[in-house]
Order: sequence, then C-alpha cells, then structure tokens
Amino acid sequence: MTERLSRRSVLGFVGAALSSLPITQALAEDDPWLGLHQDVFGNRPIAEEDGLVTLEAPVRAEDAALVPLTVRVSGGDASRPRSLTLLIDRNPAPVVATFSFGEGAGEVVLATRVRVDAYSNVRAVVETQAGSLHMATRYVKASGGCSAPALKDSELAEAELGKMRLRQFAAAPGSTSREAQLMIRHPNHSGLQMNQLTGYYIPAKFITDLEVRRGAALVFRMEGGISLSADPNIRFTFRPAGADEVLTAVAKDTDGRVLRGSWPVKSGDDS
Amino acid sequence: MRIAAISFPATRRAMVDPGPQLRPAVGAKLRRPVARLGRPPHWTRRQALSGTLHWLALAASAGFAVRAGAQDGPPVVPLEVTEIASGVFVHQGAYALFAPSNRGDVANLSFVVGRDAVAVIDTGGSFAVGQALRAAIRAVTDKPIRHVINTHMHPDHLFGNAAFAEDRPDFIGHHKLAQALAARADRYLAVNAQLLGSEAFAGTRLIAPTRAVHDRAVIDLGGRELILEAQPTAHTDNDLTVHDTATGTLFLGDLLFMRHIPALDGSIRGWLALIDRLERVDAKRVVPGHGPPIAAWPEPMQPQKRYLETISAEVRRMIKEGRSIAEAATTVGLSEKDAWLLFDAFNARNVTAAFAELEWE
Ligand SMILES: [Zn+2]
Repeated sequence: MTERLSRRSVLGFVGAALSSLPITQALAEDDPWLGLHQDVFGNRPIAEEDGLVTLEAPVRAEDAALVPLTVRVSGGDASRPRSLTLLIDRNPAPVVATFSFGEGAGEVVLATRVRVDAYSNVRAVVETQAGSLHMATRYVKASGGCSAPALKDSELAEAELGKMRLRQFAAAPGSTSREAQLMIRHPNHSGLQMNQLTGYYIPAKFITDLEVRRGAALVFRMEGGISLSADPNIRFTFRPAGADEVLTAVAKDTDGRVLRGSWPVKSGDDS
Repeated sequence: MRIAAISFPATRRAMVDPGPQLRPAVGAKLRRPVARLGRPPHWTRRQALSGTLHWLALAASAGFAVRAGAQDGPPVVPLEVTEIASGVFVHQGAYALFAPSNRGDVANLSFVVGRDAVAVIDTGGSFAVGQALRAAIRAVTDKPIRHVINTHMHPDHLFGNAAFAEDRPDFIGHHKLAQALAARADRYLAVNAQLLGSEAFAGTRLIAPTRAVHDRAVIDLGGRELILEAQPTAHTDNDLTVHDTATGTLFLGDLLFMRHIPALDGSIRGWLALIDRLERVDAKRVVPGHGPPIAAWPEPMQPQKRYLETISAEVRRMIKEGRSIAEAATTVGLSEKDAWLLFDAFNARNVTAAFAELEWE
C-alpha cells in the first residue's frame, strides 16, 4: 500500500455543515436536497437523469437496514468516471459513501446495500473525468434503517468481525470487465441504536475507508459512512490484466482496526 | 440448571422499567433516561437533536399513557381463552399485522394454572392486551401470577408485560433476550406506537427480563412443573420453549407458525436444524406462536419446514448463480404464496434475511 487512504472530514456527517448554515437549513425543511447539493457539491451544476448514470433501488424496501442499490455508468471502459457518490436525503448522515475509481476499474457497475431511515430520495451522483456531474434519483419507501439493530445474531456478529470474503464471477458476454463481490463482516454500527438498559447510544463503529487494488492498480477507493448496511457488501467490476494477478482489499474502521484480504484473480466463475 | 438471576444492576434495569416503586408520579416528567442521554462523541448538532427529540417524544407519550391506561381507561374486557388441556389456557391472536383495531392482539397467549401459582406465557402486543389477558386469568383463578415467560423479543409477544407489573412476577426470558431488547427497544416502541395509535398503545412500556434462562430451567407451579429451554438461534437469537409435563403440552412460541407465514429474524439454517431436533420432542400437543390455539404434534411443523427449505434452496441457487439479493427478494418462494396468510407482508423480507445469511456459507 503506497498511497495513503485519504479522508474527507464531512463524509457521512454532512449534517454538521448543514446546521451551521441557517439559510440552507431553512430551505432544507421542505427538500433536504437543496442543502445537500450545496454542502456536498457546492454550486456545481448536476445533470439529472441524462442517461449517463442509472440507479436501481426497490420502491418499497423489505428491510430498511438492508436496501440493495445498483448503479450503472454507461459508455464502457472509455468513460470510466472519476467518482461516484451515493446519498440518501433524509438519513441522519446523508452521504452513504464516495467511490473513486482507478485504472484497475472496469466499466462501472457497482452494487451495495444501505440503510434508509425515512421515506427518502436516494441518489447516485457520478463525476466524469472531465469534471461534469450526473445524477440518477430513486424514491425509496423505507423507515428506521439507521436505528434498526445491526445484525440478527449478536454473538455470531462479534465472533466473525473482520472476516472478509471475495467472490468472483465470469465475465459478462462481450465485456472486458470482470465482476467481483467483496463482503466484510462488520457491524457498521450507526451509533443511532440506543441501549435502553444503559440509556446511552451504542457508539458508532463503522468502516471509514476501503481500498481495492488489482496488483498495484487501484480498482476503487471508498470513503464510507454509517448509512452503509452492516456486513458491508460491494459488488464491483475490475479490468483483468494478465496472469498471477492478485486482488487486495484494505479496510479501516473508526476504532483504527485495519482489515486486509487478498485473493488470486481467477480465470472464470468461482461459484 | 435452575434459573439464574440476570446480572444487570438494578439501576440499569430501571432504564427499561423503573418498576412500580421507581415509576415517576403521575404527571411527573420522565427524567432519568433523558437526563442521561449522552451525545455521541462526533455527533453533529442536527443528529444529536433528532435522536434526542425522538426519545423525548417517546418518553413523554409513554408517561402520559401510563396515567390514561391505569386510571381513566375503558373497562377491561377479558380476552377469550380456550382450556386446551387441564389447567392450560390459550388465547388465539388474530392473523394480522399491528393495527389500532386489534391493539396488537396478533399472537397466541397462554397461561398455566398450578396448585399454588400461575405462569403466563407471552403477554400480547400492548399494555391493553396484557390487561385483557390478566383479566382472563382472573376470571379463571385467584392464584398469584408468579411467572411471566416471554418466548422471545418480538413486540406482539411481550408488549403486554407491563400489565403484570403489579403482580411482581419473575419476568423470564432467554439469556440473550435482555441484550436483544436493549438493541431494539427504541425502535420497537417508536414503530409500534405509530402502528397502534395513541389509544391502543397507551400504557405500553418495556419490561426487561428479571430472570434469564441459560440452558434449561424448571418452574414449579405446585404439583406441575414447566420445563423452559433456551434454544439456539432460529426464529430469533432468543427463542425459549416451555413444556408443561403434566399435560404434555409444548409451547413453541414463534418456532412454530401455522397458517401465518413464518417470519425469519434469526437464522434460517439454525431454524431448520432446530426443527429436526424439536420434532423428536415427545409431546401430546403444541401451541404455536401464531395459528390455532392447539395442534397435534409433530405434523404441524411440516408446512413451515417446507417453506423454510424452499426459501433456503432457492436462495442458495441464486447465490450460486451470482444473482443479486434484490432479484432474490422478488422471485424466491413464490410457489408458497397460496399456502400462507400474510405472505406479501413477510416473504420478501424473509428472503432478504436468508440471502444475507446464506451468502456467508
Ligand atoms: Zn416472533
């Protein structure tokens, strides 16, 4: 690991900026997006639903603590974006995560699972290499995802914390990209769950940084927040380059824990 | 092993239930939980505010509700119960989701009368339902209610606990029940207050277990013993079964759903493994958590077993084929649709939970 994992202080805690800007806040009463746009992207214009980025999300979430999202960026390898930011307007921490892509990335299809705390717009904003912003938005009916308990079996969750797994899938026909799914056992506590026996909130404990590389080449780097579901699960694409390649993942959490995994790139489907 | 007292210090327990002696006077502000509300270290003002106000609102509504429920409420109508075996009474809950009209009366509730005492098994989805269950018990017997057993953490089974506080019983649960409730109480109270509406929810508060069953425990009601067993993770991670050996009646809580589609909130692998074990338990009859008040044994386990096996086989296949959790949620288990009530309310959620579990195999 040669590159330092960067960090953006507001990530996951955009509310801080919001509450210090009374005017923005007043506007945000009706539509939080107005303030969010300003706080995260400044005055930069964002093209909406222009086809460059698409977002799949369920209209009604079955489990608010585990809402699957899939983002597709059109145009193939040539138009690999600079970054992708996922936002949930009405979550306590609206920025779910920001992914930035490197030369190891394939055409961008990225799927993950998020917590949705209230009926809310969910957004995927892509920044192209040229610096333009493009957004797709879906309205999701879900509630209470941020305060829902992280995992169903508390003992198992504790015992397996930090375990990583990578699944690899066969290339889609006609695609030069490969697909893989990274799974991390981590409670990704939102800190919004109050322990009724003690009267205190369970402190937030979540993955802040994640970097995936193919050999030395960056596939993606993620800066995450509390709106990512427990047991973070990211399906992504990468561009295979040759023989004896290794995919590596390094994740860091709020407790300073560093989790690492590495897997040889397989020639076909591992399932 | 006998029941061991749970190890929470009294002050911590008080955060969930102050108990009659600690409960604030009517109209008094609920101070303690609020005063101790810490602001998490890197919490923004907006986040802290939203959390705090939420809890304040909850505490206030619960406080006022106690007054309404305890003094000014409508007369309590006893729940309808059936004596399914000598001294064993069961109230059948509705096949429904929480709604103001059913007050959260959607799970089967039971009580067993011994020579000296009464044990209650699950208390219903609200203080009002708990009161109505208590009235049904009092219509049958004056014996003291010494034990209130909760088969697991779900609100429809234990939100009526507070109605029994005046009896000063042992509130008994699986050793993981206290922790499971602690993590969920805030959300359970908020969601159910909303679903039931202020009238039906009035007086509802959580009472954490005062006694934990770690493995197996025996309760003596005088001339009849109840055997309590803490089960491994299945429907939830805190399922407790009760066996009345005098009549051979097995209370399975939500380890058995009949007609009502099973709801998965624990482990599908654990549940299927436990079913294999439970089927070998020698009992004359069972009481499911949802379904008719009485059933023969072990045949009624078959439909649930088939449902869980179907879900698990189809989910495993989708995982193997590299399909997504979103796709699974809309396609798995559809062959079971006509076999169950409330299928649309629970199936996709069960599939989602099963997928998140089985992809780690
Ligand atoms: Zn249940």
